[in-house]
Amino acid sequence: MNLNILALKTPLVLVAALSLLAGCGGGGEDGEGSSRGESRVDEGVRLGVAHVGNAAEPAALDPHITTGLGESYIIQSLFEGLVVKNPETLEPDPGVAESWDISADGRTYTFHLRNDAKWSNGDPLTAEDFRWSWQRALAPELGSQYNYMFYSIVNAQEFATGALTDFSQVGVRVVDDYTLEVQLREPTPYFLQLLDHHSTYPVHRATIEAFGSPTDRLSQWARVGSHVGNGPFKLVEWQINSHVRVEKSDTYWDAATTKLNAIVFYPIDSQTTEERMFRDGQLHHTYDVPLDKVPVYLAEQPELIHVSPYLGSYFYNINTTRKPLDDVRVRRALAMSIDRELLAETVTQGIYTPGYSVVPPGTMGYEPPKLFDYDPEAARQLMAEAGYPDGQGFPGFTILYNTLEQHQKIAVAIQQMWRQELGINVQIQNQEWQVYLNSHNLMDYDVVRRGWIGDYVDPNNFLDLFITDGGNNHTGFSNARYDEIILRAAPATQDRDARYALYREAEEILMAEMPVIPLYIYQSKHLHDARLKGMPFNLMDSRNWKHVYFDPQAAQ
Amino acid sequence: MWRFIALRTLQAIPVILTVITVTFFLVRAAPGGPFASEKAVMPQVQAALEARYRLDQPMLQQYVSYLGDLVRGDLGPTFRYPGRTVDELILDGLPITAELGLYAMIVAVLLGVSAGVVASLRPNTAQDYVPMSAAMVGICMPSFLLGPLLVLIFGIWLQWLPVSGWGASPGDKILPSITLGAMYAGYIARLSRSGMLDVLSQDYLRTARAKGLPEYKVILKHALRGGLLPVISYLGPAFAHMLSGSFVVETIFQIPGLGRFYVQAAFNRDYTMILGTTIFLAVLIVVFNLLSDIVATWLNPRLRYQFRK
Repeated sequence: MNLNILALKTPLVLVAALSLLAGCGGGGEDGEGSSRGESRVDEGVRLGVAHVGNAAEPAALDPHITTGLGESYIIQSLFEGLVVKNPETLEPDPGVAESWDISADGRTYTFHLRNDAKWSNGDPLTAEDFRWSWQRALAPELGSQYNYMFYSIVNAQEFATGALTDFSQVGVRVVDDYTLEVQLREPTPYFLQLLDHHSTYPVHRATIEAFGSPTDRLSQWARVGSHVGNGPFKLVEWQINSHVRVEKSDTYWDAATTKLNAIVFYPIDSQTTEERMFRDGQLHHTYDVPLDKVPVYLAEQPELIHVSPYLGSYFYNINTTRKPLDDVRVRRALAMSIDRELLAETVTQGIYTPGYSVVPPGTMGYEPPKLFDYDPEAARQLMAEAGYPDGQGFPGFTILYNTLEQHQKIAVAIQQMWRQELGINVQIQNQEWQVYLNSHNLMDYDVVRRGWIGDYVDPNNFLDLFITDGGNNHTGFSNARYDEIILRAAPATQDRDARYALYREAEEILMAEMPVIPLYIYQSKHLHDARLKGMPFNLMDSRNWKHVYFDPQAAQ
Repeated sequence: MWRFIALRTLQAIPVILTVITVTFFLVRAAPGGPFASEKAVMPQVQAALEARYRLDQPMLQQYVSYLGDLVRGDLGPTFRYPGRTVDELILDGLPITAELGLYAMIVAVLLGVSAGVVASLRPNTAQDYVPMSAAMVGICMPSFLLGPLLVLIFGIWLQWLPVSGWGASPGDKILPSITLGAMYAGYIARLSRSGMLDVLSQDYLRTARAKGLPEYKVILKHALRGGLLPVISYLGPAFAHMLSGSFVVETIFQIPGLGRFYVQAAFNRDYTMILGTTIFLAVLIVVFNLLSDIVATWLNPRLRYQFRK
């Protein structure tokens, strides 16, 4: 009986069931759409709570252990170093240190700590806290992957490698509760820059010791309930794969400046999910923007997207120990036959800028010299000199990249350009990330894709990649003068102009030998609610959360 | 019956042990490692890290101590999240993943069984073709397509439902449940159709009709019981998979379950996490296979008779 009636309508059953389920779920009596109630961003503006997309789930919130950029954004809200970067200029501003003196020879830094700096549990923050924290960060047992940040301090490297076990011989001295003296091996003009890196932040001794050995990286102190920091915010909630919530800390010395009541960081693995969440009114600020969405936003809603130069570059490393790449003429020819303008315009949709140096331009006033150009004619000439006129007899090689669509597009474009301009055929090959890292570290490649994001704003951070046998070199490149500049001459030069001149000389050596082919300079990209203010563009994409605030009246 | 359960449990032990052993040595044979990084890792740092996780010991010794810990229920510390343990991460994500799995299962069974039964009543007519085509679409459409599609329609265009989240705003559990359930619904529809077709031609149904039972009673009381047996045995492993989470659905909808750990652990070479999640899934599959066998026995009198003997 009923069955026949049912039967008649069944073709629609699936469709009906689907829409029924979806429809009744629409919040029922709650109403829907923009009338689905106040969106999360609107509520956030009203309550002073910023909702921010933040890459992957944070590995940890112990500043001496983490290595990721996402973690560093959260940690910058929970801790503060001796100095902080000015978000506009990136020059050092006072942090825990109220002021500092630098000796005439540039080797002794005396930091005067403010008397009112406190931990989030109310304990006073003293110079001894820094000494102890730096000892912990450098301890070989902790295995901090950033401990090289301290290497400009006398004996720090010796302590970190275990050659020295007595920390009192390291150049860090507590003069009194609020005075810390640091001895450097060389003047190292970028030393202050390092003090705003999370690896040099202070940590709370009593808390960490209560959780066992201070140098146990598996210690559980850095969790909700026991986490103690000294930054403008304190850790309140941490739900794995969901969110981390920090709230304004009243014990912070400059709490009067802190404007937001809370920040919620969302770990979001997928950029497209993040973009949808932004469109749905769940986020004020995204960690990134899918590359293919950038032109759409730029064309249709430019007020919602921020694109600005970033301290990172994309390049190909060459294995200079393999034929035919051991010939500098071949390497230069390869570099000169890539049309970077075209590459940036097409493959990166005009977002990234062509790069002619590994050092991004504008790093604290440093402009890298342009030492070669797109010149296919000269490139062909070089190839002929090397014995491969029009690519004849060229044995070929392989471009290696880690599996990602964007890297593949670039490799294919470059493969095509080399075929067209030089008449050579090269292979391209992708490997899964870990396999790729392995091949790179073992120098089991011909030409390999690389990227480098700066940890501090100084050309040194990019140029020291290529020192002889450097841990990040892996190209076989070695030049005595280059090493001399990077390791000794530049760190010993206090005058900025003179130092930059040395870096330019180093770049000339590097580009003459061409163990690396610069391709383009990264840009940081975010979707951003116009009401969220106090996050100026800067090269490091760094934030100082205490200056961030809402302006509800700002144009949406 | 108890003998049957005991026997199956015993059989499961070598299966799980094999899974553990193969996984343990396989992940270590893969290139790379948990501490590999784009930046150079200094030798003394590498050594300190390996020592902390006992990776400096001989492989066999690591294996034995892992098994020892496992017996005590300790899956070890994760490599990717220092300070957290594998047990903790699995237990933390499990309730959410299980809830999602349960809803998806309800969607799958409701849609699948009704479509399959309806199709089986008039085979090779429009009433058969339409739901079966829909089922085929459900099977073929990958969740990484269906999910964003549903989000686009119901989240962005119609603005009925939130585009992501889990329990944060009303209705945010609906789209992920449908997305995850759709594929299983397709399989279930096909299984229940063929199961029903087998049963509908049986003599005992002719008897039931001859007795003058109304058609809906014939279908619901007599035919379904036998016709859904294939579905029951499919539901066991299917539910085990749903409980272990879905990387795709959890990523698309930003759900803090444990599905994401499966894929990320492999990419990160997080040895303990790979092992922990694999063992967890293996145990689930064994348990749910057993459960579905028990339910099938209970539904099927012939099997029941065998056990009584």
